[in-house]
Amino acid sequence: MRPRALLSPLAAAVVVLLVPPLLTSGSGTDTGTHIPGLRLMVPNTPGGGYDITARTAAKNAEEAGLNRNIEVYNLPGAGGTVGLSRLVNERGNGKLMMSMGLGVVGAVHTNHAPSTLADATPVARIVEEPDIVVVAKNSPYKTFDQLLDAWKSDPRSVPVGGGSSAGGPDHLAPMLMARAAGIEPKSVNYVPFDGGGELLASVLGGKVKFGVSGIGEYRDQIESGELRLLAVTGRKRIEGFDAPTLQEAGLDVVFTNWRGLMAPPGLSEERRDRLIRFVRQLRGSAQWRKSLRVNGWDDAWLPGEKYGRFLAAQDRRVDTVLKELGR
Amino acid sequence: MDSLGSLMDGFGTALTPLNLLWAAVGVLLGTAIGVLPGIGPAMAVALLLPVTYGLDPTGAFIMFAGIYYGGMFGGSTTSILLNTPGESAAVIAAMEGNPMAKAGRGPQALAAAAIGHFAGGMIGTVLLVVLAPTVADLAVDIGAPDYFAIMVLAFIAVTSVLGSSRVRGFASLLIGLTLGLVGLDQMTGQQRLTFGSLQLSDGIDVVIVAVGLFAIGEALWVAARLRHDGGPGAGIPLSRPWLGRDELRRTWKPWLRGPVIGFPFGAIPAGGAEIPTFLSYITEKRLSRHRKEFGKGAIEGVAGPESAASASAAGTLVSMLTLGLPTTAVAAVMLAAFQQYGIQPGPLLFEREPDLVWGLIASLFVGMVMLLLLNLPLAPLWARLLRIPRPYLYAGILFFAAVGAYAVGGEAFDVVLLLVIGLLGLLMRRYGLPVLPAIIGVILGPSAEQQLRRALQISDGSVSGLVDTPFAVTVYAVIALVLLWPWLRRALPRRLRPAPGASRDPGPPDTP
Repeated sequence: MRPRALLSPLAAAVVVLLVPPLLTSGSGTDTGTHIPGLRLMVPNTPGGGYDITARTAAKNAEEAGLNRNIEVYNLPGAGGTVGLSRLVNERGNGKLMMSMGLGVVGAVHTNHAPSTLADATPVARIVEEPDIVVVAKNSPYKTFDQLLDAWKSDPRSVPVGGGSSAGGPDHLAPMLMARAAGIEPKSVNYVPFDGGGELLASVLGGKVKFGVSGIGEYRDQIESGELRLLAVTGRKRIEGFDAPTLQEAGLDVVFTNWRGLMAPPGLSEERRDRLIRFVRQLRGSAQWRKSLRVNGWDDAWLPGEKYGRFLAAQDRRVDTVLKELGR
Repeated sequence: MDSLGSLMDGFGTALTPLNLLWAAVGVLLGTAIGVLPGIGPAMAVALLLPVTYGLDPTGAFIMFAGIYYGGMFGGSTTSILLNTPGESAAVIAAMEGNPMAKAGRGPQALAAAAIGHFAGGMIGTVLLVVLAPTVADLAVDIGAPDYFAIMVLAFIAVTSVLGSSRVRGFASLLIGLTLGLVGLDQMTGQQRLTFGSLQLSDGIDVVIVAVGLFAIGEALWVAARLRHDGGPGAGIPLSRPWLGRDELRRTWKPWLRGPVIGFPFGAIPAGGAEIPTFLSYITEKRLSRHRKEFGKGAIEGVAGPESAASASAAGTLVSMLTLGLPTTAVAAVMLAAFQQYGIQPGPLLFEREPDLVWGLIASLFVGMVMLLLLNLPLAPLWARLLRIPRPYLYAGILFFAAVGAYAVGGEAFDVVLLLVIGLLGLLMRRYGLPVLPAIIGVILGPSAEQQLRRALQISDGSVSGLVDTPFAVTVYAVIALVLLWPWLRRALPRRLRPAPGASRDPGPPDTP
């Protein structure tokens, strides 16, 4: 039958695409860091920040011989809160971790999510990236001070663009800056864009007065002189760029966009420690150090309960900012 | 010609046996992925990323580009044959392509789409070589007010696809706009029409709406009427497999017009492939001498939009390579891939990595030829799918649609949503509501709203912010011209109308 002959390549394609993700590899003996059948959940789409973090971590762990066949799968939705809900439902599962970051903290608030990060078990914060403050090359602002003066005198006429929606990291950074500078939060004219890429065009074209986002897409533009880097939001300067931190520029704000790993609730101490031990070994591996360099991530190691307290503090910070905006 | 010389070097890179192999793997995978609804090229590239770490970057990107272009080719196949768009860019292909397939002209529709993709991709890639720096500069100048002006133009154009009954057309458009409202408001983070469901807070994926309204709705409709027309075993007969001279005469112009619309849209941020395919469809409908055939299987309506879709893919690469600006999801993932290799796409990429860039561009040409060679002979074979008895065929469609919906987010919820929207599609068919305006509402509504609000926010609430760019003013002038055209034409001397049926082209074949 011809139709059947035609369907077979199609069926083969389906099998090739669908079967590998569906197969959980449960092999491997339980020695040291080996956690048989370990899975990493990514609460956003393939190619996003949490996705790249998780896939890099899985690959490096396999290369360093810490574990075999770590399955990475995506469960996107509602800024990561769909994945978080699933994680919280996996009570007691010591073979699952979710990659997440500051964005999830904000999404829990804006989505009124039923499960919060306090419901899950913190494993470790692993990496962070500072945000940057950039303007187009023909912008009148040559230094951060000039920009800040203009912003303070008439906040509404200085639209600021960021690569995340309200409550997300790129929104949080300018709001914290505004508060430190004494600008009324509600008068900040924040224009959200769908990711740093879409924002880039608007900064280049001078549609927004300045942009706040991760350095990712902007590195080359700054080097070629298309964009001017005015400030860095992190604790220290970015290597190779001549721009002050916000604190050096006289604004008492330290902001980094961090990422980490969470586990389901209800884990025994032993199971939780095993996960932390695994991530600590990963962090010490040569493969992971190389990945940090390639991706421009900073190490931000903060394990276990310390990470939990940090999460609570971040949650309060996001809550304050959103409350000030009347949301 | 400096870039010509570099391009020749690029062909040297692209034509090595290993890179040819990667291109072939890419186009094959891309075609397969395009055929399956839900699994888009963006997801495919992202999932393949870890696998390609071991490759050299050139080989990996040649494969990724093959997947991207291949997905565009493959997306239209199921769109035409099964009324199930594999990609959101292929939605329009279902409009004319599926009626053609049902009338037994499936091979012709597939051939028109394949050659359209080839022409669009080729012309788009040539434009990429010649115009890259210029277009990149222009792309940056397009802002929110300009986008909004284009959206207004698109909405005006919607009226010409509303179908015979305006009221039903507008009702359908309204259904689409309402579906488009669902989700978290990006500006303020407010929930809209989500009924407290987290799964709805990202909005409803266009692919789910399109597959639900088209494929599920159609399958239910056919199932409901199977006893009325034809026995359950009746398949669809096939006519001759190739494009006739007459069809070629009707399609060569749309093939060439498509890239003019598609390429610039691909290059601008937030452009994408959906809006240009839609605008191309409208243009072809306006310009065609066979306007009456539209909606019943006009080949121009397949050729133009498909050509525009592939050209927009080329446009996307322009801003990705020259600016490091991802304008579609695929480009965003490819950008992440570049960074994995420690390569930074941007203004300096052409100087830093000439071998990679020109090898990649040359491989696009190679890939297009491969795709044409792959798809053209396959067209009559694919079309034989329709000879499967309808109960089995539609069971298969339901299966693939459900798999596709599940693949979008890996949530059973999406499958339920798909069935609900499918039921809506059935009701719309029952009461004679056209489906296309609803889909266009879902695509255009959210982006029009976002650009309008963004423009107003940047101008701090002043309405003048909507018309303060020359580009926007030009578009509004075109809109005014379109709206006033009936009155203007009345002022012109009347020509003799051709008698109905005097056209030399055969009408759509009668239903079997």
